[in-house]
Amino acid sequence: MNHVNFDETLIIRNLNGESSSEVLEYMAANLCKQGYVRESYANAVIAREEKFATGLPTNGYGVAIPHTDIEHVYKSAISFAVLKNPVEFGVMGEEFEKVSVKLVFMLAMHDSHSQLKMLQNLMAIFQNEEDLQYLATEGCESKLRNKLVEKLNLTAMKGGE
Amino acid sequence: MINGRKTVLVACGAGIATSTVVCDALESMCKDNKLQCKIIQCKITEVPSYADQADLLVTTTIVKTEYPFPVINARAFLTGIGLDKLKGEILEAIMK
Repeated sequence: MNHVNFDETLIIRNLNGESSSEVLEYMAANLCKQGYVRESYANAVIAREEKFATGLPTNGYGVAIPHTDIEHVYKSAISFAVLKNPVEFGVMGEEFEKVSVKLVFMLAMHDSHSQLKMLQNLMAIFQNEEDLQYLATEGCESKLRNKLVEKLNLTAMKGGE
Repeated sequence: MINGRKTVLVACGAGIATSTVVCDALESMCKDNKLQCKIIQCKITEVPSYADQADLLVTTTIVKTEYPFPVINARAFLTGIGLDKLKGEILEAIMK
């Protein structure tokens, strides 16, 4: 089963965090509350972000794709947050560079190597200024959900949604 | 057509997300350029165990260890920024 769960409960708009750790903690706690990850996920994702930063500069809003090892995850899911005020994340692969991040895509992956298409679709969003603009400014969660479901090709959401 | 088969390591922090994308991009690149490479996907912490057979490391994370082969940052495969330059660097390293 390579299904990636995503619904409005995993979308957080106007997330108010002082630092990347605060943002990660909030998002991880929500994923935990929704039953997708273990309690250990929060600390693991924060520790991993410190060691292997996931911020990515784009030609629009800065993004980050925090994630961690599969053993902290029950069911694959993706959580999306729009930060009220951008916070600094380390740039992936750089020791000192920082990027001001507005959009956070937290990936909770349960199988390794299985989400190639979804990840490629995600990277395509990062290369599309119009999509980034939409995601950063749209005020309606269900529209955000529909946009991401379409762009990431996440079909057959749970329940009768 | 180059036939000296090179081994390329593709590594990220967890070995599950970004390296998966980079691996696929690299495979397409090799195909387009008719290069036969052995591509190994791993976590950055596993790189030392492959070091004796590798010709190149392509990675999305910081590498602090010194290796006897080139190390190339592959972030452009994710963001599209600087992609041509990255492809050029990788091709050059593989065809060397």
